[in-house]
Amino acid sequence: MDEKRCCVTLSVQPSRGLVDEKFVILVQNSFPSSLLTIYAHHQCEDGYSWHAFAHYTSDATGAVNVSEDCSTGGTYSGVEAMGLLWSLKPVPGSKPGLRMRKKNVQAPMVVTISVYSGHLTEGFEDQVPLAGVEVERWYMAPGVRRIPVTEDGLTATLFLPSGPGPFPGLLDLWGGGGQLVEYRAALLASHGIASMAIDYLTCKYTMETGKIVEQDYFEMAYKFLQKHPKVLGSRIAMLGLSLGTSVILKMAVHSQIMKLSCAVCVSGSHVQPMDGFLKEMVDRYKNWGSDRFTKDNKVVWRDLLLPIPTDLSLKVDVGKLQCPLMLIVGEDDQNWCPHESAMDMKGMMERAGNNHLLTLLSYPNAGHLIEPPYMPHTRVSNYRDVLSQQKRMVLWGGQTLEHSRAQEDAWRKLLVFLRKNLYSGVKSGSLSLSNL
Amino acid sequence: VTATGCTASTPPILSVRPSRALVDEAFEVLVENLPPVSPFTLRSLLHSEDGDDWEAYGRYVSDHSGRVSVSEDLSFGGTYSGMEPMGLIWSLRPVPGSRTGLRLRKKDVTTPMLITISLYNGHEDFRDNSPLVSMVTERWYMGPGIQRIEITDGELRGALFIPPGPGPFPGILDLWGGGGGLLEYRSALLASRGYVCLALEYFKTGQMKSTDMSFEYFEVCVTFLLLHLFSESVNLLKWTFHDFKSSLFYIKFFLCGVCDALVLFLVFNKIRVDENNHQIWRDVGLALLQEPSMKVDVAKINCPLLLVNGCDDQNWCAVETADDISKTMNAAGKGHLLTRLDYPETGHLIEPPFSPHCPAGNIIMYSSNQKVIQRYGGKTKPHSDAQDDSWRKILSFLRHHLYCSQKAKM
Repeated sequence: MDEKRCCVTLSVQPSRGLVDEKFVILVQNSFPSSLLTIYAHHQCEDGYSWHAFAHYTSDATGAVNVSEDCSTGGTYSGVEAMGLLWSLKPVPGSKPGLRMRKKNVQAPMVVTISVYSGHLTEGFEDQVPLAGVEVERWYMAPGVRRIPVTEDGLTATLFLPSGPGPFPGLLDLWGGGGQLVEYRAALLASHGIASMAIDYLTCKYTMETGKIVEQDYFEMAYKFLQKHPKVLGSRIAMLGLSLGTSVILKMAVHSQIMKLSCAVCVSGSHVQPMDGFLKEMVDRYKNWGSDRFTKDNKVVWRDLLLPIPTDLSLKVDVGKLQCPLMLIVGEDDQNWCPHESAMDMKGMMERAGNNHLLTLLSYPNAGHLIEPPYMPHTRVSNYRDVLSQQKRMVLWGGQTLEHSRAQEDAWRKLLVFLRKNLYSGVKSGSLSLSNL
Repeated sequence: VTATGCTASTPPILSVRPSRALVDEAFEVLVENLPPVSPFTLRSLLHSEDGDDWEAYGRYVSDHSGRVSVSEDLSFGGTYSGMEPMGLIWSLRPVPGSRTGLRLRKKDVTTPMLITISLYNGHEDFRDNSPLVSMVTERWYMGPGIQRIEITDGELRGALFIPPGPGPFPGILDLWGGGGGLLEYRSALLASRGYVCLALEYFKTGQMKSTDMSFEYFEVCVTFLLLHLFSESVNLLKWTFHDFKSSLFYIKFFLCGVCDALVLFLVFNKIRVDENNHQIWRDVGLALLQEPSMKVDVAKINCPLLLVNGCDDQNWCAVETADDISKTMNAAGKGHLLTRLDYPETGHLIEPPFSPHCPAGNIIMYSSNQKVIQRYGGKTKPHSDAQDDSWRKILSFLRHHLYCSQKAKM
């Protein structure tokens, strides 16, 4: 029996966690001061392999604690409790332009974490590790219910939190890639918010008629939530990324039907033709002219809306906004120009006197795809834009370390913002207090 | 204290972390966004595989920031009181009106126990009220990646649990008591802690008398387990009991034994009943201890032995048995191998942590196939503390002897 191999133990706590929960990876009983590599492997739903690894030296008791110890090399370095997740990359030889996105949120993401002897950078499949464990990462907490929604012409999925309710509600919009993307709404429901992910570009209506939806599609979604028995009709928020931001800003300012408690806009802009809506935006993008490319042929679309116009017929007048707004932007966004847009919005709100409603989070070196934390940063990927029907290798931007930190910080602040605006008793009737 | 109306427009926020845990892991139950300094009741509810409802509850008062933290705050009463982070689990008991003699034991270890934690206004009876907020938490015996293999060859019946990873792992043969049948949950949990564990059904419920339980039978089971530890061949699963028996060879393997309430078989005419007509069996053991021919010669034990005993064990005289074993082993110069843990006010069924305490339970008598209620003893709080402490000590004993020991030899 290899005595050394028999001794080493590896644990990850919790072994089943939500995707935005931290874990603690502990190696014990290795030889003191031994060189070790901790390795993570994940096979995504599309069948591609992703991996991450880091080099450690065990302490005098033969232990490594990833939350406290320094990685001296690998796919991340320094003290990074969650580095083995956010630094996951496709294994060498993989197809370029991959992006990790969970489709089936009812099953967990399974990651194998192993510890190897020595400081390895390759050949993990050919070596037998000292120990290995499996870790589950869930988008859905126990008791969260997933309900497909097709009423009122909607293509959506509602996630209800565990418990009797009623719960505050949220409409979740993604960007120009279309599809029905559920994972963020599932995660928000795990935090107590009844969240509905909406497909508004490749929805049943559009696929059948060839037409892009109008404002009333989103108002229908809002009304669906408002009258739902498990939703607090007076506490509904909207969250969007990229093109989703454009929709939210327009609706928040101009819809007579939507009375939002608050809105969160990630990586988006207020620049859009005010005499139209999505269809006009689509037409505008289609008629852009030639794209800009980087030296290695990745398309950069950030210039499309620049410079920010001064003409109020070309952008949403956020000076008229009446609900709290959180803007989350990456300063290295190569796909849109959210930072410049945010600066312009801030100016508009200052001049209108409603800037007390604005929370602006601007992250240096973060890119376009600011997602829930600990998921791998995608700087470049294969992308089919529904609006322009083009498939391209798109540069989203961001430097992995800072982008990952931004995701973690933004998510935490987003949850606090939502909680404050959806849960606080400020707007409600009187609250009677009693003393002991 | 008057109850505060907690209106729907200011929903409280309940969190249980981790929401999915192993059964021996603690969780944190936190409620926020409550009216300050107001009374609330937290309740846990579990619907068992047998169809019974189990509940526990604690009465709390929110602090000035509108918060209740089960890990930090005092329960003013309920099924537990005081500062008890896991009180909502270990004090679970059948709801009023349930059948008697119930014991909570998970049969299907591939699914979690689902426990609903709910918050109610006030300290009065909550049964007719709706909860303000609730959430479901999962408690698992099997960690992710654990492999479960059913063993169904004639004499060799049970379930083998193998941890994920390259191994090799130390192995454990897990034996339950006089109730018979196949109970997998402790083995699943031990596998989640890094051991290949075989839950052995060494006799079916009610068939103790007619089953082969010779020494050789157990040797074959241990051989089966050992071969699984070192062989990567899945073909072993096709071996029959006879294959193992004929390949029996004496290996000087390193063994240690953990005995929870050591049981020696045989004579049963010393059973008495208590005021509830529950059977007390401890005198059976006391009688047996007087008969040298009825005792295993523990002087011959050559491996470390851990004895875990409840001082209020009404089913087996665990403490007296441990005294007897200790005396014999000391006389033979083997006293250094023995560790014993005697827990005050603790009964017979010392289970993994946070398992509800069972002071008396239904059992089928193996001699007559009759259903009786046996008294097991113990008071809930000390018994629960004993389960928590003994599990940690058992795991550390196993780790010390099976994982780290420099004396490990082939």
